[in-house]
Amino acid sequence: MQEFPLTKPQKKLSMSFMYVAFISLLIGGLMGLLQVLVRTGKFTLPFGIDYYQVLTVHGVILALVMTTFFIIGFQYSIMAKTVGMTDKQRRLAWLSFWVMLAGTILAAAMILLGQGSVLYTFYTPLRAHPIFYIGLTLVIVGTWIAAGINFRQLYLWKKEHKDEKSPLLAFMVTINMIMWCIATLGLAASVLFHILPWSLGYKATINVLLTRTLFWYFGHPLVYFWLLPAYMAWYAILPKIIGGKIFSDGLARLSFILFLMFSIPVGFHHQLTEPGIDPLWKYIQVTLTMAVVVPTLMTAFSLFATFETTGRKKGYTSLFGWFKKLPWKDARFFAMFVGMLFFIPGGIGGIINASHQLNQMVHNTVWVTGHFHLTVATAVMLTFFAIAYWLVPHLTGRTLTPGINRLGIIQTITWGVGMLIMSGAMHIAGLLGAPRRSAFSMYDGGEQVTTWIGYQIMQAVGGAILFIGILLMVFIFIRLAFFAPKGEQEYPIAEEEDHAPPTPKILENWKLWIGLTAALILFAYTIPVIDIIQHSPPGSEPFDWPVGR
Amino acid sequence: MHLHRYEKIWLVFGIGSLVLFLLVLGFSAFYKGMQPQSAIEVCDPNELERTEDFKPENLGVTKVDEGKYIVNMVASAFNYDFGTDEDGKPVRKIRIPKGSQVLFQATTKDVIHGFQVAGTNVNMMLEPGFVSRYETKLDKPGEYTVVCNEYCGVGHHLMFATVEVY
Repeated sequence: MQEFPLTKPQKKLSMSFMYVAFISLLIGGLMGLLQVLVRTGKFTLPFGIDYYQVLTVHGVILALVMTTFFIIGFQYSIMAKTVGMTDKQRRLAWLSFWVMLAGTILAAAMILLGQGSVLYTFYTPLRAHPIFYIGLTLVIVGTWIAAGINFRQLYLWKKEHKDEKSPLLAFMVTINMIMWCIATLGLAASVLFHILPWSLGYKATINVLLTRTLFWYFGHPLVYFWLLPAYMAWYAILPKIIGGKIFSDGLARLSFILFLMFSIPVGFHHQLTEPGIDPLWKYIQVTLTMAVVVPTLMTAFSLFATFETTGRKKGYTSLFGWFKKLPWKDARFFAMFVGMLFFIPGGIGGIINASHQLNQMVHNTVWVTGHFHLTVATAVMLTFFAIAYWLVPHLTGRTLTPGINRLGIIQTITWGVGMLIMSGAMHIAGLLGAPRRSAFSMYDGGEQVTTWIGYQIMQAVGGAILFIGILLMVFIFIRLAFFAPKGEQEYPIAEEEDHAPPTPKILENWKLWIGLTAALILFAYTIPVIDIIQHSPPGSEPFDWPVGR
Repeated sequence: MHLHRYEKIWLVFGIGSLVLFLLVLGFSAFYKGMQPQSAIEVCDPNELERTEDFKPENLGVTKVDEGKYIVNMVASAFNYDFGTDEDGKPVRKIRIPKGSQVLFQATTKDVIHGFQVAGTNVNMMLEPGFVSRYETKLDKPGEYTVVCNEYCGVGHHLMFATVEVY
């Protein structure tokens, strides 16, 4: 397989995204620590800082900024490595970086000034300062530029390699960015046509349910936008690290296509307890949501098949011998593996959350917070860390030393322990009724409330351990970026077996898959959205301080 | 495309249990009527006093029949309005005899709020312009805390009430 060595300017480009990602991780992690401390009831924020301001920073900087910068930077490196990047594309990629950074700074400034305490979901009719929305829009516009560049990169490669299939990783990046573009259209429609004119005062009222629906049209694919880069590493990088081959190129592509199709027409499962949507359409979207179980099962099978075939090839014949011989002392593998483990309870929790009736037992309780700290904040995050262990030194021309590798193992264990405690306590407290997104409160002082407090202290213990994990990770990042010994760190890209069966051509029929995706979205959303618009109540005027900003 | 024999078994088993699971959900939703709340009834959040359910004298607990109650409530930042008691004070705690069938009807005057009676399956989003309804049987005596579980502003965590089942 042809590979393009990354040039120095290309490395600098991807590395710039990494700097923003890890600075964001530090800030966001500090906010998380403050939150769990406040929720013990024994700590109040200094200088009259509002809990919800801290919460907004945590959500925006981790869910939107940290992840997006890491993903775009990582994907640029993948595309440059597998299909190449021209100088013109690289210059345009810098534009995407600066637009995203400018947007981030604008939104951050508004949040810090107390003009954007609307959390990262910014549900109307709470209103933030218009610049908050403009900032977030710029972040999205930057990612569109990146998507355009990625599509162009693959297109040019295909033109030169007419009858070859695209490199697996480049195919996966393209799927992720197609999904992202389709999803962010909903967010753009909501912000540009509804929220922004309304927040500027050009529109007196807003359709609350419509903006919420458009948010969740975007909000669920957002979680797959985080997850798919982790899957790229699991499918196409991990086999190389453990000394094996890709289990099945075709199945990997098929599972990404299924994720593209079933990640978008599913937003109603975030809106199951809302009064304005027909339960039939809720159920239809619940069914579509559950369809992602299929590619998830395929992924699980692929991964364990990779583990086993690799071990067997090395000569371990006993039933589980191959498992013991996995490279447990390699942080690039170990962090990813622990991430996968946490994805199992994360996925099970997801099925519970989306299951129509059970949802009302857990909706908006702190259980949900516990859930996505298993999925995005552990499965995805630990995989991103695992990627950083080789990607950062590759980009800075340094090497992952045994010492830093050991720190990476300790980091992973710290993260796992901290998350087990924090997320476990959140799940239990949520089942007992404790709400999410709330500062410390004894409410009516009832017996139920007192049962939550112990778990809130447990969350603080777990959260503090996680914060140590973040400090450790930032330390590792700084070592790898500036101090590790100079050298050549491998960019691990796995290859297929020599006699692998050919990948069916239909898997690269973009028109077919995008067409099917669009058809599913139109099926799932057209009638309910027309209903929402036709049967809408009088619009809502904006609410500012003390309710909103 | 080549599929390993074990993978076929794995997928058939996995997809089979998924279909069964969805059938169970669908059966309880459409045959047993266990749906998440979806009243799809609009109202004017600025003129709630004029609606039958949410005019001030109809807020709080109303007995409609033996063992049947309606609870009407209007949320606003950062308060649950269950009406006033005989002394004209706002009701902070509502009392319902155990074993009653209770229909909760609620809406909001301003931003989005949550209405969750902790420990029961009454858990509804309240959105301006929509009536949220959920009917349930309250069997277990005790005090239940009502919490707002959707962020609504700086006083979000101070928004609560109590339901006592006796």
